[in-house]
Amino acid sequence: MSAITPPLPTPAAARTATLGAYAKRWAENVRGGELGSLPIILGLLVIAVVFQVQNDRFLTAGNFVNLMVQGAAFALVAMGIVFVLLLGEIDLSVGYVSGVAGVLTALLLLPDGSSVPTAVAIAAALGSGVLIGTLHGLIITKIGIPSFVVTLAGLLAWNGVVLLLIGSRGTVVLQDAFVIGFANDFVGETAAWVLMLLAVGAYAGGQLWGLRKRAAAGLSNDPLLIVGLRVVGLFVALACVVYIVNQDRGLPYVAVLVGVLLVFWTYVLRRTRFGRHVYAVGGNAEAARRAGIDVDRIKIICFAIASLMAAVGGIVLASRLRSVDTNAGGGAILLYSIAAAVIGGTSLFGGRGHIKAALLGALVIASIDNGLGLLGLSSGTKFVVTGLVLLLAVAVDSFSRRGRAQSGRA
Amino acid sequence: MTVTTGVGGARERSPGAVPILELKAVSKRFGAVQALHEVNFEVRPGEVTALVGDNGAGKSVTIKCIAGIYPIDSGEILWEGRPVQIHGPKDAAALGIEIVYQDLALADNLDVVQNMYLGREEITRFRALDETKMERRCKETLSSLSVTTIRSVRQTVAGLSGGQRQSIAVAKAVMWNSRLVILDEPTAALGVAQTRQVLDLVRRLADQGLAVMLVSHNLHDIFEVADRITVLRLGQDVARFDTKDTNQREVVEAITAGKLSTVPGIEEAEVQ
Repeated sequence: MSAITPPLPTPAAARTATLGAYAKRWAENVRGGELGSLPIILGLLVIAVVFQVQNDRFLTAGNFVNLMVQGAAFALVAMGIVFVLLLGEIDLSVGYVSGVAGVLTALLLLPDGSSVPTAVAIAAALGSGVLIGTLHGLIITKIGIPSFVVTLAGLLAWNGVVLLLIGSRGTVVLQDAFVIGFANDFVGETAAWVLMLLAVGAYAGGQLWGLRKRAAAGLSNDPLLIVGLRVVGLFVALACVVYIVNQDRGLPYVAVLVGVLLVFWTYVLRRTRFGRHVYAVGGNAEAARRAGIDVDRIKIICFAIASLMAAVGGIVLASRLRSVDTNAGGGAILLYSIAAAVIGGTSLFGGRGHIKAALLGALVIASIDNGLGLLGLSSGTKFVVTGLVLLLAVAVDSFSRRGRAQSGRA
Repeated sequence: MTVTTGVGGARERSPGAVPILELKAVSKRFGAVQALHEVNFEVRPGEVTALVGDNGAGKSVTIKCIAGIYPIDSGEILWEGRPVQIHGPKDAAALGIEIVYQDLALADNLDVVQNMYLGREEITRFRALDETKMERRCKETLSSLSVTTIRSVRQTVAGLSGGQRQSIAVAKAVMWNSRLVILDEPTAALGVAQTRQVLDLVRRLADQGLAVMLVSHNLHDIFEVADRITVLRLGQDVARFDTKDTNQREVVEAITAGKLSTVPGIEEAEVQ
């Protein structure tokens, strides 16, 4: 044996970390470029203050509900985008894929004698999303064409499919009460409180379960105070949301949908083998391949998820507008969704990001869109401002990468 | 002596021990290039066996034949005395052969635990990742190898030094009940102190009863940890040494001018 034996870490330090140590580690991470959700939350605060000063209707209960409904579609599509960005790939077709799903839903539910049950129509629309995404994934992995090109072709082709499906109708009015209800109906006041308490209870339960399990295995835990603060923080945040929306029309169903899918995809990404493999492929595809991970399979599934979530977003968008027309899936939906994922903190370089980025980013995008609308500014101005915010978000990503490089974490 | 996994006994010879891996007259040809010509090579448990040679001597091809990446043209590979067919990395892993390649194959954005379990994650009854179990076993493995410079197993490997990364890659290889660990140029990119760390680790693996095959052309490192040295030159094994009975000059001579049984150029002419 050799003479040099490095000092063992003190075992006491490995148990429950002290509050001071926790704060120190957090500060170190921020300096090292692991910014987390910090910039985006600061950004949201700035946006709220600026718009409120300009127009005191921005921070009202009514507008808050509007904002939720407007942002929901972007958040849903952006969740799918997070999966492909984590791989270091891109999907430019999600806009028109959402259009295809919206149009399919509306057409299948058209009361012209051949309409199908609502559930069948929704399943068909979602299924078409999965099929489209699988097709993209197969072309990208098996033929080896860059995702940028394949999904750019998809952008054109699925736009064509939307036009073909609509045909000479021009506009298809959505007449199914259930589908329209997504974005236009609201959870009752009491039900919203119950949902909120259930969510916080489940979160607290999960945190305690984790604490106990780690303690039983003799592993270090975050300080109890921090865990408590997280639970209380979630409670306060959700309670504020429910209180505010109850001042107006109530909690829109679509917000519940976003919440459920947020939890579901977060679980998939952080707690399952598949999710771990997505991060691995995005971080080092060769290492993943040597570890026995089927890289192609992971990629195909991620593109399928992106198109599936685009379809979900498309149905929600159709629901909000109560109709679909030849513009379905066009306009800002594609770029706003990608921007939402990136602004929320998903790295364009692959391997870094969370599903919650989709929600936070969509909140920023919807706030800007909504706020500038309240100020009566043209959509030209909206696009310019949104573009600048996107640029800022990517710049923050680049700077934090540099921070990581300097502290040896890149 | 029949003990094959004896712990301790550093540097003590166990001459009767059955080689865990034996290459017998293994040849491999790529078109007109005879990459390996009747190579004989053996690795014993509890020992560090070095495979040395100049660039192009056939070290990498030998590793890849053992890993099953290249099928061999002729000759035999014996595992614990029995002939085996290794058709791919999975076969090699099933036998208990783990290879740490030079580029380490770590994902920078994942933490130490996630990297060590990559592709073999433990899951709970509910198909969720069993993080506590993985973290605990990971810590146990690292401490059993006396890898103590890692501050937290939950930091991303991007933040680790070269020596720490090498240690993680080695620990990852030995965690899976492996019997033979093959290290490809483990110290090539490391500084002095980190080379020290890794060489200590290599020695500890052998002391714990594993068979270690060290592929390198750094003779200084090899003389520090290896028990036996096999020299490859132009695809042939030209010399074998016990480290304690030789010196660097002899090994260098073998590397540069070891006696070949056939000279590749002449043999080419005969074939055609």
